[in-house]
Amino acid sequence: MGDLFTTFNVVGALGITLLLTLFSALGALVIGTLVAIMRVSPVAFLNTVGAAFVNIVRNTPLTLIIVFCNIGFITNLGLSVSTDIARNNLVWAIVGLSIYHAAFVCESLRSGVNTVPTGQAEAARSIGLTFGQSLGAVLLPQAFRGAITPLGNTLIALTKNTTVATAIGVAEISGLMKEMIEFRSDLLIPIFLLVAFYFVLLTLPIGLVTTHLSTKLAVKR
Amino acid sequence: MPQESTDPSTHAAVPEGDEPPLAAQSVFEPMVVMTGVNKHFGPLHVLRDIDLTIGRGEVVVVLGPSGSGKSTLCRAINRLETFETGTITVDGQALPEEGKALAQLRSDVGMVFQSFNLFAHKTILDNITLGPIKVRRKSKAEAEAKARELLDRVGVGEQANKFPAQLSGGQQQRVAIARSLAMEPKVMLFDEPTSALDPEMVNEVLDVMTELARSGMTMVVVTHEMGFARRAANRVVFMAEGEIVEVATPEEFFTHPKSTRAKDFLSKILTH
Repeated sequence: MGDLFTTFNVVGALGITLLLTLFSALGALVIGTLVAIMRVSPVAFLNTVGAAFVNIVRNTPLTLIIVFCNIGFITNLGLSVSTDIARNNLVWAIVGLSIYHAAFVCESLRSGVNTVPTGQAEAARSIGLTFGQSLGAVLLPQAFRGAITPLGNTLIALTKNTTVATAIGVAEISGLMKEMIEFRSDLLIPIFLLVAFYFVLLTLPIGLVTTHLSTKLAVKR
Repeated sequence: MPQESTDPSTHAAVPEGDEPPLAAQSVFEPMVVMTGVNKHFGPLHVLRDIDLTIGRGEVVVVLGPSGSGKSTLCRAINRLETFETGTITVDGQALPEEGKALAQLRSDVGMVFQSFNLFAHKTILDNITLGPIKVRRKSKAEAEAKARELLDRVGVGEQANKFPAQLSGGQQQRVAIARSLAMEPKVMLFDEPTSALDPEMVNEVLDVMTELARSGMTMVVVTHEMGFARRAANRVVFMAEGEIVEVATPEEFFTHPKSTRAKDFLSKILTH
């Protein structure tokens, strides 16, 4: 089994999967937070835009979004970020994953906002904080604490969903798995177990950490 | 809406008869002026043509049966509750509809809620310094010094580094009062400040409010505490079904209520 590591770039693929996970998680968190702010803002137009984003993106298969990022953005619109094809695909896969999971981050955060009693926002307004200030200082910090568990769920889903990036040729681990099986079908079971173990290694701590944090950081009322 | 002069009793400057119990005003300067304010919740007319002028340094207690619109009246003064027609001015300034101007005005109007509403994720000290730092642009050191002074004033100086959930209801409400005072407001609104408290904690909050009234703060207090109304109010406003039915000195209101609705209300609350 050791020769798998010498024949194939297993470590590189594992790295790409980790890279996809980390950067997409960051992107999804930023975009999702912005969309959540739009959805809770008092401006009707922003509410509509936010709701439309969530409903369109959440209900579109991830494969479609990832393939669109490749064909639509790179091939059709010529939006290349690098001359290196592999790098270009990687970046657009991260963009696709970020956008897709942003919809789920937004909804997790909204469920967190719902854990914050209206009195908190009223108190914030009554001391003269503007909408942005009460959002930043009172509403969102409490909403994030109330949304840790659903955010963890989204992060776990995202980690596993990075495998879809193989559809546009990103050299992550599930793509390599197919290749390895093709050439070394004698090692089918070990290859499966290796990849499965890697994902468990990535996702199990997320669940443990978020469960711990959700009790530790819970807002006591 | 034309500002017609209304029932003189609602504009009565210094209450007639007995001398006002606290903080007598030599000159009546209007601080909060409500003119022709109307509000509906669907078909329910919760505020009917409210005309009320509250003078600087005056303590006005709003009484009335539940559902009479007294909380809504209180909350309309800093626009936590919107209204359809009429105007409200605070220290001569009309209430802006929204945005930064409204936030600015709210910073001058303190509000104490029934359910305290301390920021649950912040320490007691941070609860109090948030407004002064973010809105008044004070330095952290300056805001904290002032906060500690206020916490001592309301008797919870020891609790500065705790979180709201670690305090009793009475302590939380006193912190909430300190949080409002930290903004150096021109007027303070109290929306049933003792209704959510265990009975043994009511007095510690009322004591702080009485002390505040004596210090000359302009106060609008929605409450069921008749003792506080007698002790600290310059005027009592009695509301029923969204209307101001009667405005009188506490003495006059409790001993000789004029309207049948006020008599009815008092008979229900004073018989046991």
